[in-house]
Amino acid sequence: MFDLSPTDWMAIEVTLKLALYTTLILLVIATPIAWWLANGRGSPGVRTAVQALVALPLVLPPTVLGFYLLVLLGPAGPVGSTLESWGLNHLAFTFQGILIGSVIYSLPFAVQPLQQAFANLGRRPVEIAGSLGAGRIDRFVTVILPMTRGGFIVAATLAFAHTLGEFGVILMLGGAIPGETQVLSILIYDHAEAMDFDSAHRLSFGLLIFAFAVLFIVYAINRRFDTVRL
Amino acid sequence: MTRPDPDTLRIKARLERPGFALDVDTAFPLEGVTALFGRSGCGKTTLLRIIAGLEHPPGGEVHFRDTAWQSGKTFIPLHRRRVGLVFQESTLLPHLSVRGNLLYGYKRTPEPLRRLHLDEVARLLGIDDLLERRADQLSGGQRQRVALGRALLTSPDLLLLDEPLNALDTQTKREIMPFLARLSEETGIPSLLVTHAPDEVERLATRVAFMHDGQLERLEPLREALARADSPLFRDEGAVSVLQGELGPADEHGLHPFGPPEARYRVPSTPSATNSAGRPARLRIDARDVSIALSPPQDVSILNIIPVTIESLDEAPGHHGPARVLAVCRQDDGQTLMAELTHLSTKRLRLKPGTRAHALVKSVAFLD
Repeated sequence: MFDLSPTDWMAIEVTLKLALYTTLILLVIATPIAWWLANGRGSPGVRTAVQALVALPLVLPPTVLGFYLLVLLGPAGPVGSTLESWGLNHLAFTFQGILIGSVIYSLPFAVQPLQQAFANLGRRPVEIAGSLGAGRIDRFVTVILPMTRGGFIVAATLAFAHTLGEFGVILMLGGAIPGETQVLSILIYDHAEAMDFDSAHRLSFGLLIFAFAVLFIVYAINRRFDTVRL
Repeated sequence: MTRPDPDTLRIKARLERPGFALDVDTAFPLEGVTALFGRSGCGKTTLLRIIAGLEHPPGGEVHFRDTAWQSGKTFIPLHRRRVGLVFQESTLLPHLSVRGNLLYGYKRTPEPLRRLHLDEVARLLGIDDLLERRADQLSGGQRQRVALGRALLTSPDLLLLDEPLNALDTQTKREIMPFLARLSEETGIPSLLVTHAPDEVERLATRVAFMHDGQLERLEPLREALARADSPLFRDEGAVSVLQGELGPADEHGLHPFGPPEARYRVPSTPSATNSAGRPARLRIDARDVSIALSPPQDVSILNIIPVTIESLDEAPGHHGPARVLAVCRQDDGQTLMAELTHLSTKRLRLKPGTRAHALVKSVAFLD
């Protein structure tokens, strides 16, 4: 059942690479956004607007997001044409393109658990650490990170798992270039389109098992640390 | 502007929030314990947060001795101000042990600035036995003592205490008060104590800053704050006197002499009174427990009969029923003793300012 073709392996590699990069980038981007949403100052109106923007991918059809990214990053779009005028390539139908799409698409899944964890943490421990002489980075590493590690684990896992399941954005933006933008979900679709149900089933079942295993581990960790709930 | 006193903390700040405005321009002497007293919502915590650098009101000025903490574009963040913070709720870092918590700030304090060390602080606060415990295994009182110790171990230039006893029950409060009282005396670190509890002020403060509606109304020594009938300290629970003096060793009746011969009290022994013998101590006397006699009564069970001169007679505060009179009396050692009387007695004894009399003190509480 698990004799996979080279195309399958390539798709697995692209998918894992995409999910891993997306997760790493998201942890870097989502942490300050979540902190600001949970504890930051500034007008409530601006905060609400940012919160809504972050949550947009939850309700928007992925094709809408993919469409606008295609327009934006493609050769005629503002970003794509600017890149080309600098002698670089536009980003439509590239791995970088779908990486940008994934980061935006999975943003709420990273921001929300972190925001929840930071809100639970409150400002106090950070203020205390400050009074004890810890600077910004020191406070993040020695207080925020250990006290909200459950939130980070959940955010990373959800971002990773959600990227695995991404379909619409990549379909619009990436095409299906093997080794570049052909991820598992696209390949399964292609197999099914080609009536190759055996291949589609192999990959689908593998993905199903993997997704279950990931969620099982998250919940187990969550229970042990008794931290953020999904 | 007058030349700034070198040993003060000067603050000038305006801050507006919906339904609240703070406007303060004052200088606190950096010696002993300064209580910021007022009802909740009067701005005392906000003032503390400005001093700590947790609020940054535009145009504000905060000068600590000759260092500008906030002035124009200068803004020194909290972690460089060398200020110890203790809040009302537990703020121990739960992922660290008690020792880890205590040493968190110590390790971040440059070695030449470390004046207080783990052993002495742990002993001072009675937490030597708790060092290996986890933060969540402590009782409320223990947690506050550890929080206090953690702040002390940074050898701060200033301690900011935001209602540190508020979340504790009466018993635990009584257990921590002595540590707080000894603190400024033994470490020499000046502190600002935010509180709305008159008993904490009476017990701990050197001077009081009264705050009301975002304004600092008055900054005066505790003695003066307790010597006027309209003191905000008396607003809710009526007038009290707090006498400062030295407690002597117990006599054969188990009574400790307190104060100089011309205003000598005898105080029943308690465990803490025994420990404090020979040290400065405070007695708290409820004005309702003091009666006035024109001549010293002979056959009366009351032990403490103190000669006084009546200074003023005012409306007694803290009453909702029929009005009573508050007699502010001066003891012969210069300290103030308050007596609460009825209008009838005042009239019958023909009391007026300058009258010599004897104060009959029914009960005294030793502030430990």
